[in-house]
Amino acid sequence: MGVARYIKDEKDAIRDVVYQSGIRVKPSYSPRDLEEVGFDYAKDLGDPGEYPFTRSLHPLGYRSRAWTTRQYTGFGTPAETNRRFKLMISHGQTGLNVAFDLPTQMGYDSDDPRVVGEVGRVGMAVDSLRDFETAFKDIPLDRIGSGLTINAVACIMLAMYQAVAEKSGYPAEAISATPQNDILKEMVGRGAWIFPVDPAVRLVGDAIEYAVRALPRCNPVSICGYHIRESGATPAQEIAYAFEIAKTYIAEVQGRGLQVDEFVGSFSFNLNVYGNLWEQIAKFRAARKLWARMLQEEFGVTQKKNLFLRGLFGGGGSGLTKAQPENNIMRSAFYALAAALSGAQTTALCSFDEAYTIPTPRAALLSLRTLELLMDEVGLRDTVDPLAGSYFIETLTKQMEERILSEMADVQKIGGMRRAVALGHIQRKVSRQAYEFERGIQNGDYIKVGVNKYIEGVEDQPDVELHAYDESWAVQQIDGLRELRRVRDNRAVSRALNDLEQGARSGRNVMPCLVDCCRAYATVGEMAGVLRQVFGEWEEPSIF
Amino acid sequence: MSGKIIKILVGKPGLDGHDRGAKVVALALRDAGMEVIYTGLHRTLEQIVAAAVQEAVDVIGLSIMSGAHLPICRRLLDLMAAEGIQDIPVVVGGVIPKQDVSELKKMGIQGVFPGGTPFDEIVAGIRAVAA
Repeated sequence: MGVARYIKDEKDAIRDVVYQSGIRVKPSYSPRDLEEVGFDYAKDLGDPGEYPFTRSLHPLGYRSRAWTTRQYTGFGTPAETNRRFKLMISHGQTGLNVAFDLPTQMGYDSDDPRVVGEVGRVGMAVDSLRDFETAFKDIPLDRIGSGLTINAVACIMLAMYQAVAEKSGYPAEAISATPQNDILKEMVGRGAWIFPVDPAVRLVGDAIEYAVRALPRCNPVSICGYHIRESGATPAQEIAYAFEIAKTYIAEVQGRGLQVDEFVGSFSFNLNVYGNLWEQIAKFRAARKLWARMLQEEFGVTQKKNLFLRGLFGGGGSGLTKAQPENNIMRSAFYALAAALSGAQTTALCSFDEAYTIPTPRAALLSLRTLELLMDEVGLRDTVDPLAGSYFIETLTKQMEERILSEMADVQKIGGMRRAVALGHIQRKVSRQAYEFERGIQNGDYIKVGVNKYIEGVEDQPDVELHAYDESWAVQQIDGLRELRRVRDNRAVSRALNDLEQGARSGRNVMPCLVDCCRAYATVGEMAGVLRQVFGEWEEPSIF
Repeated sequence: MSGKIIKILVGKPGLDGHDRGAKVVALALRDAGMEVIYTGLHRTLEQIVAAAVQEAVDVIGLSIMSGAHLPICRRLLDLMAAEGIQDIPVVVGGVIPKQDVSELKKMGIQGVFPGGTPFDEIVAGIRAVAA
């Protein structure tokens, strides 16, 4: 997949192969390699569904259940979004994955002067509970789970989700939401952060602690190695940093007096499938093993289900190219193959037009069909972990494990992820790597088809159909927001916001206050505004 | 260019936080011998203009990935015109569809570098507008 370094001789024969994580690949493998890396079936693999889960979380893998597909979608206004949700549910989808617009992700109202041009652009605009009432109207919230792709104000969205469910008569215990809620990865890449590191991690902890106590079917955090990889991390760093972030959140919640066994089972991961095929497969197998082992040995987790590395392994956007965009359809199919051979439980693909635009419905459907094809036509459901026992794959899985552990040790030397991010250490490292990688593509060290090889014969960039952005969405959204501010009980709003401020200052869990604010129709901008006042905003460390 | 070191401000305006491109290009421009000032994320256009004036940069480069490049660039140019700044050329990079390049040029953006543009081309383009 174009990200390994191939050293060739003058006859184009490959002399050496080096993966991004630094592993050298030999021309062939034999039982001697397994011996050399100390491979042991029981210790390193175990049967599918058995500790350490290298092979699979479940004994029958895709035989018992194909993967869940969860394409990321969001549409300008809550009403548009509601129509789209209903369509997806009528197609048999059992989970929604909600994209929010940038003003919502950054805690601003739609009429804030800072957000002009952004309302409803990359996802749904949400100002208040009223928008959730529209978006989730007639959606059976006890049966349909919702991924809420939001981080800095994930706590607000989780509170709003509880409030909207309550309005429709669903008890808190019955609803299932998965807010992304991983602020440290936003600080490493993607950039939708607001508050400084310490209060931001506290808010992550508030959401987790609250969910454990009050929203038992919610998964309050989804740790995203995905975006860290997209920012320039190697596959080994992706897993290492995700695990170090997870450890930071575990420590935060342990500090509230909870046992790890009480909450870690609700953690999930969002990981990236982009890179060399074999390196990816080894990465996921090693990751499942290391997570289970770390939880058992370091954190004393005892319940089997709490040791599962659950999550979404999704095709990475950074592997796709702007040049010859149709090639991305094939690229993504191979990423999906890697995900299937790795035993991904849930998956999604970037669409071939994403270097140009938010995916059009046609492109998004192609992604979905790619995933369905693998399960239903190609044979990926036949048997669990089909590559197990391969001299090469098992050696590589052991080597990946070593690499991940060594990257984790580097973070621990700095004092853990909270400090490494606050100091800009991780950001500096991955940005430098991203630059060097980009340079490698430009000077031909890494081959990218259609970019630095096989570029002939394609006349010009084809026209890619663009996702339409309707300026009237913002107007509608802002009109609705202004009307809400007139008709709601503004005294109740002030009271709720006051309580929120006191809760935030006192160090108490802010979630109950946020639920009250949402019930009173306080806006996202008002709630985030109070938190901004109390916590301040993060000053990015200079990384150059 | 007779050996003068070009000073460029790389700015991430607005709310979009996808900054891999901005950082990668900033490093490439630095390696090409330019003095690069990176604003960091979530800057208002007012902050970007103020920083450009204060640092007396030769060029402003914006990185925009959210699709909002047309309204953002229009507002930046209006803001600069209102403040009487005429001598700082503006270039832009990011997720920019082909269809929008001529519109950006028409409004006064002097260089457009969509994602995937080779570093050499970006460097040459910036040198040309800074001359």
